[in-house]
Order: sequence, then C-alpha cells, then structure tokens
Amino acid sequence: MLTEQVIEMLTQGVKDTLYMTLVSAVIGYVLGLPLGILLNVTGKKGLRPNRVIYGIVGTFCNIIRSIPFLILLILLIPVTRAIVGQSYGSTATIVPLVVCAAPYIARVVESSLQDVDAGVIEAAKAMGASNLQIIFRVLLVEARTSLVTGFTITTGLLLGYSAMSGTVGGGGLGDIAVRYGYYRWQTDIMIVTVVLLIVVFQIIQYLGTKVSGRLDHRKR
Amino acid sequence: MSEIEIKNLTKRFQVKGHTVTALEHINLNIEKGEIFGIIGMSGAGKSTLVRSINYLEKPTEGQVLIDGVDLSDLSTKELRKKRSEIGMIFQGFHLLEQKNVLDNVCFPLRISGVGRKEAKDKARALLKTVNLEEKEKAYPSQLSGGQKQRVAIARALATEPKILLCDEATSALDPQTTESILALLKQINENLGITIVIITHQMSVVTDICQKVAIIDNGNLVEQGSVKEIFAHPTSDAAKELIFGTRPSPLSVREVSGNKTVRVVFGGGSSYEPVIANAILRFQVPINILHADTRNVGGKAVGEMVLGLPEGEKIQEDITAFLRERGLTVTEVDEHVN
Ligand SMILES: Nc1ncnc2c1ncn2[C@@H]1O[C@H](COP(=O)(O)OP(=O)(O)O)[C@@H](O)[C@H]1O
Ligand SMILES: [Mg+2]
Repeated sequence: MLTEQVIEMLTQGVKDTLYMTLVSAVIGYVLGLPLGILLNVTGKKGLRPNRVIYGIVGTFCNIIRSIPFLILLILLIPVTRAIVGQSYGSTATIVPLVVCAAPYIARVVESSLQDVDAGVIEAAKAMGASNLQIIFRVLLVEARTSLVTGFTITTGLLLGYSAMSGTVGGGGLGDIAVRYGYYRWQTDIMIVTVVLLIVVFQIIQYLGTKVSGRLDHRKR
Repeated sequence: MSEIEIKNLTKRFQVKGHTVTALEHINLNIEKGEIFGIIGMSGAGKSTLVRSINYLEKPTEGQVLIDGVDLSDLSTKELRKKRSEIGMIFQGFHLLEQKNVLDNVCFPLRISGVGRKEAKDKARALLKTVNLEEKEKAYPSQLSGGQKQRVAIARALATEPKILLCDEATSALDPQTTESILALLKQINENLGITIVIITHQMSVVTDICQKVAIIDNGNLVEQGSVKEIFAHPTSDAAKELIFGTRPSPLSVREVSGNKTVRVVFGGGSSYEPVIANAILRFQVPINILHADTRNVGGKAVGEMVLGLPEGEKIQEDITAFLRERGLTVTEVDEHVN
C-alpha cells in the first residue's frame, strides 16, 4: 500500500497541513492579538475601561465564535473566492481558518493578560509608565508564558479545523483521509493520515510546552 | 510650604449603586525630610490616602499639593513625570516576575528614557545600597520576602525621588526582616534626605522610625502630632486601641482582680526614682504590675506600664495624683479596649 506515490502524497499532505495551520495561526494572531489587547484594555478592570468598545468587539467575537466551523467555511466561500481566486485547496482554506481563529485568539489573549497581577500594573503606574508602556513592557512581557500556551492551544485547534476542511476539498491530511478513507474505502491510508495528524499535533504541543517553560521565570 | 499638603481630601467610591466614603475631609502636611507614619486599622482608608498622594486615586473633593503644585492642575504627561519623582513600595512587593533583579531596578529608568548601559550602571549602584549586589541575575521567585522588598526599594529609588511612599511595606515580613527593612528606610532617609510616608497598622513600626504620625479611623483623621506626644497621651479611641492593642490584654487580669487599671508612660528623668515602689510605701497598698515594656520612641527609651490599682475611689485618685506629680503620664485603660 505504501507505494512511492502514496508516500509522496502523504508528505505533500503533511506539508499542506502545516502550511494551512501555521499560516492561519500567524495571520490569526496578527488580527487577534490587537483585538485581545483592546478587549483587555477596555474591559471593566482594564487600563482604560470603555463599555461601548468592549461591548462591540466582544459581541463581534462571540458571534463568529458561535458559528460552527463547517458552516463558516461554506458561508465564506464568496469571500474566499474574492481573496484567493478559488474556494478549494490549502490556500483557500486559510481564509475561513483565520476568520475562525482571530476572535478565538482575541479571547485567549484577553484572558492571558487578565492574569497579570494588578499590583504589578499599579507599581508601573506609580513609576510614571504610560498605558502603552504598560501594555508592551508589562502586560505582554509578564503574560508571555500564558500567551505561548494560548498560541499552542490555538494552533492545535487550527490543525483539527484544517483537517475538517478536507471534507469540502480543503487539501492537506484531512483531505487525503476523506478521499481515501471515505470515498475509496482504503482504510489503511486513512489510518496512516490519522496517525500523522496525531504526530504533528504532539510535536506542536511538545514545542509549545517547551518554549513556554523556557520563558517562565516564575518558578525556580 | 510643606512638601506634601493634603487639603480637605474626601474620597468616595461608587459600589453597586451605593456610596462608600473611604476618606472624609483629611487635612495633612508632611514636611521635607520627615518620616511620617499613617496608622489605622484595616479598612480605615490608609491605602486610599497614600494612593492619593501620587494620584493613583483621584480625590472626589479636596486637593493634593506636592511642593506647592496641585496635582489636579497637571496634564497626563506632567502627572506621569511627577509620579516618577515619587517612589512607592507595597506589601506585596509587585516586582516584574519575568525580569531578573537588575532589569527590575532598570525598569523605571528605561521607561523614563534612560539608555540601557546607563540604567544598568545605576541599578547596580542601587543594588549595592540595598545589599543585594550578588543577586542581580536572580529572578524574584528565587528571593525571600525581605530580599524582594529590598529590590522594590532599589527600584523605587532608581529615579531619584524626593518622596518615598510605603504601603504596609513590612506587613508581609517577619519581625527580624521588618527591623532590617525599617533600618534600611531610616538609612535612606538620613543619607538621601528623602521624605518617607509609612502606612501601617502596626504601632511598633511607627514608634521605631517615625517622627510624626497621623491616625486614621474609619476614613477620618482623628489625631496627629509627634510620635512621642501621641504615644504618651493618646486621646482618640483609635489611638488608644492601636497603642494598647499591641500587647496582651490587661483586661483578663483585671477581671480577676476587679480593680481599676491605668497605663503609665515615663521617659527620661523619672526612671531613676523608684516611683512605683515609693507609691507602695507611701500608701501601704499593693499595686499590681500587669505589664511593663520599654520602647524606642523617636530615638528615646520610653517605659510603659499597666498597673492594677487597689479598690476604693479615693486611694485610686491619690495614687494617680502621686504618679502625675512625678512626671508620669497616667491614663485610664478604657473598658472597650480589647
Ligand atoms: N477601588 C475601590 N472601590 C470601592 N471601594 C474601595 C476601593 N478602594 C478602597 N475601597 C474601600 O475604601 C475603604 C478603605 O480602604 P483602604 O484604603 O484600602 O483601607 P486600608 O488600606 O486602611 O485597609 C474600605 O472600606 C474599602 O472597601
Ligand atoms: Mg491597605
């Protein structure tokens, strides 16, 4: 069963999966991190509470997060086509993955920043720090372990969603599993792709844990 | 002009629709170079008061003037500049957990625009002052409470403030460490001439290093003056409670004996004459010593005693007068104490 052709296909599948997952995670953070900071800053206990901004951004995040991914995938087909030029394949899948991830990331970031000790923020204020200095030199620095953990969890989630997009021609390992396992009854190839997904997942989790542990100076 | 002037300060908080008055009409002047204590029970409003001095808390009414400048007249930027000239330390230390000791001390310098190299040199000198130069690479989690507070003190001094605010800075520390931190604060006050405001609920902290004290009770300033004065003649209930509350209650003893209890304070001269012994000889009655202690108040040894006087109003009055004639301060220990 593992002919040269199949191995080549699986290798390409792993590459496509990593491509979709990591690119959508990075773009997701480019959008989600500022949103998360905004949520934290405008929140009730934030540096500059603002109920209107918090309410709008928060509701927007909640609405998108409450739409099941597969439905989001289908709803976004026109948008994807407009951006990428086609609605199938790895690159096209990145669009719904980013839309799904950004509000999720915003909430994860918000909660990581919330865990920063209020006393440390107060001390920085007492030293004359501006809000921007507090965000970039206190909040993001003190919360970095938790932020990396959030990144790891988000990436794992995106890995799963990228596989799910295979059911509608999204490319990557999920696509292979669906085409061979479901349509052609080649269970062996399906099992290999699932194992590969598990391995990729474990590697991401391992690296994430390692990096966040390395960055953490709170314990001896 | 006092260095810190608090004028008619009132602070109210809105909590779920109703109003909490944390401070009411506080008037307070703190002079340059003083070590000023602000003492009160938990919830009295001490933290709110000290946080008003650098406008972390904006007064609802009244003013705070630093060197004659009303903080409410300052722009956000000017206020931040002003805050960098006022150091602050806390009960919980509030160090940056992900930065090492050296970077913690550099932090206030870096945010005020000082270059990396210059900040490090200055931070190292400060760590020397607080006796932690060998810990510069350590992270806060690797330090003891006393060491963390030393780092916090070095950090607070980095921007060369004229005022240092201490909010319960020793309340999380054991007695020995408290003593060493207080000694360090005193040394800083003497060497650098920095005005220090100390918030505490422990009378011993005030008697150890403060020259002046204000007593806050339930949002009101009930008494202020020199530590010596107030320690000898506490007039407010809150002051009595804080002073008497620092040692075991004489009440249980009084319940047994059923007698009147008085507190006697004496400093200097009188300790050469055996006053209590003479009183016993003169009146031919037993006088119970329920408690005796010597403290260092503002650099002077001050004795404190709690005496159980024998029954009979006349004899009690006579003994009290006898003690007063010999320069002792005599106050009745109130029922409500403890
Ligand atoms: N941010 C706040 N919101 C509402 N109430 C507060 C706030 N800060 C302090 N208070 C209230 O003000 C009073 C004084 O508090 P505080 O100054 O912390 O007292 P202390 O430091 O003497 O223990 C308390 O009743 C407290 O509950
Ligand atoms: Mg307090």
